[in-house]
Amino acid sequence: MKILVCMKQVPQKDAPLKLNESGAWIREDVSYEVNEPDAYALEEALRQREKHKGEVVVITSGPARAQQVLREALAKGADRAIHLEDDKFVGLDAFNTAKAFAAAIKDEQFDLIFTGLQSDDYGYAQTGVILAELLGLPHATIIMQIEKTDGGIRVKRELEAGYFQFVDMPTPAVLTIQSGINKLRYATLIGIKQAKNKPLRKVALAEVQSAIGENLQKIERLYVPQKTKKTEHIEGGAGEIAKKLVDKLRNELRVL
Amino acid sequence: MADSIIVVVEQREGKLNRVSWETITAGQAIAAATGWTLEAAVVGGSAAALAAEVAAKKIAKVYAVESPKLEPYTPDAFAAGLKQFLAAKQPKLVLMPHTYQVRDFVPKLATAMGRTVISDCIGFKHENGKLVFTRQMFQGKLAADVSFTSDAPWFATFQNGAFRGDKAEAGANAAPVETVSVEIADGVIRSKPQEVFKEAKQAVDLTQAEIIVAVGRGIKEQKNIEIAKQLADALGGDLAASRPICDSGWLPMDRQIGSSGQTVAPKLYLALGISGAIQHIVGMKGARTIIAVNKDSEAPIFEIADYAIVGNLFDIVPPLIEEVKKAKAGG
Repeated sequence: MKILVCMKQVPQKDAPLKLNESGAWIREDVSYEVNEPDAYALEEALRQREKHKGEVVVITSGPARAQQVLREALAKGADRAIHLEDDKFVGLDAFNTAKAFAAAIKDEQFDLIFTGLQSDDYGYAQTGVILAELLGLPHATIIMQIEKTDGGIRVKRELEAGYFQFVDMPTPAVLTIQSGINKLRYATLIGIKQAKNKPLRKVALAEVQSAIGENLQKIERLYVPQKTKKTEHIEGGAGEIAKKLVDKLRNELRVL
Repeated sequence: MADSIIVVVEQREGKLNRVSWETITAGQAIAAATGWTLEAAVVGGSAAALAAEVAAKKIAKVYAVESPKLEPYTPDAFAAGLKQFLAAKQPKLVLMPHTYQVRDFVPKLATAMGRTVISDCIGFKHENGKLVFTRQMFQGKLAADVSFTSDAPWFATFQNGAFRGDKAEAGANAAPVETVSVEIADGVIRSKPQEVFKEAKQAVDLTQAEIIVAVGRGIKEQKNIEIAKQLADALGGDLAASRPICDSGWLPMDRQIGSSGQTVAPKLYLALGISGAIQHIVGMKGARTIIAVNKDSEAPIFEIADYAIVGNLFDIVPPLIEEVKKAKAGG
């Protein structure tokens, strides 16, 4: 099986975010990490390859710093990487990101394409599904299990409120992967060493520019959300806070 | 033809999904702000019966979009059927609830029409004649106002709980219902869905719990869950977690609160080291009182908390356990 995993670098979960001068994006001097659902997508791709042989290719778009997610993926066992490298990729909407990816992989024939089900920054939850449509492939979202069958694959989709569903589908196909589908592995020291010699193809914006167009949606402004609830801060030393809280639990909330 | 909004409602097993009413409320609010006509569409099996139910609301018209191929749900059939229907009706704006099903087909549908979706919105603004949608970004740490820069039809989806379903206005008369048959060619549907099922019975039902102590990433290590457990025991409550904790296998999946886990409404929800990503919040915001402990003063959980404690849970929780025990012992 030849599998592509679309990955994204996002600000670390506990990174404090500040707005940039235009007020439409964050200041980029924050720490970054791999988008969590994408890490699970990579893990699942590696497991499928271990079962069925083949190749795992990872792709990302973004500035030079984004290469780090590809290096980590290579260190965990991906075979090669594709980096669409330019600052401008950060500001693309899901439609154009998918178009850029489609253009970059046009000469490859993947059996499966994985994305995380959504990103921790934009949170569109769209790029994988759009990519499927652009490539003319069937897709399934929020996947918790993948098994190879005679004509293709059987996947387990997570539905809401604890429900699930199996879906049979032909390959090639695009799947968006739910976190928790498997247990993540760590990169080994040998893996990290080997990663340095694995192929990483860089794709400049100019190479895919003709495939992408103007964004179809625009962030007018970004801001700290307004509180909808009146929040009371409880302050002091730990012991003091504990006393104040228990007083509230007892006398105001009456749960003790 | 006047500009129109079409709300595509969602059904599950022949019943309207509750969040569909919320999207109708959103549609009524946008219609009032813009002066556009509000219509609705029900797609798939038993569309006609459900259309009659939707028609009781203040809506100009309801469409029952039908084809035998729309049952059971597949993204291929829904995208093909709705594309045909929307291309004929030419609405300005198409609204849907941000459900797992909508997330599964709406990006495909919009792309097939050369359009875009502003997904997971929590509100809208109509400013200087321009319609902008508010959505959460960076896991709820920031909000963004987003506009369309392309031609209509525009697509937007609303997050669960963004509007109140019980505020959907009833109409003076029932709206007319029009049945629209769509043709879905053979070979369009590529996937074969099996029956929907629930995993082996959930061992833990948190929906009835009065007190819930929930842990998130801030707990750091599996062994630390013990102190949360002790607090839950002292309070006489149940232990729960956000998704990453269950994904890591630190607690079983049936302890998970959120859009993919259980939705709870306890008297007290104590969130320890939970940042408050939207997927978690939709599962617990119905709690009567929310107490949040988090090191990060900007954690989104504080936006919905009644009591906020900015600090390290490992400092706060042990004395809290002692105080609770003392209080219970009648101290």
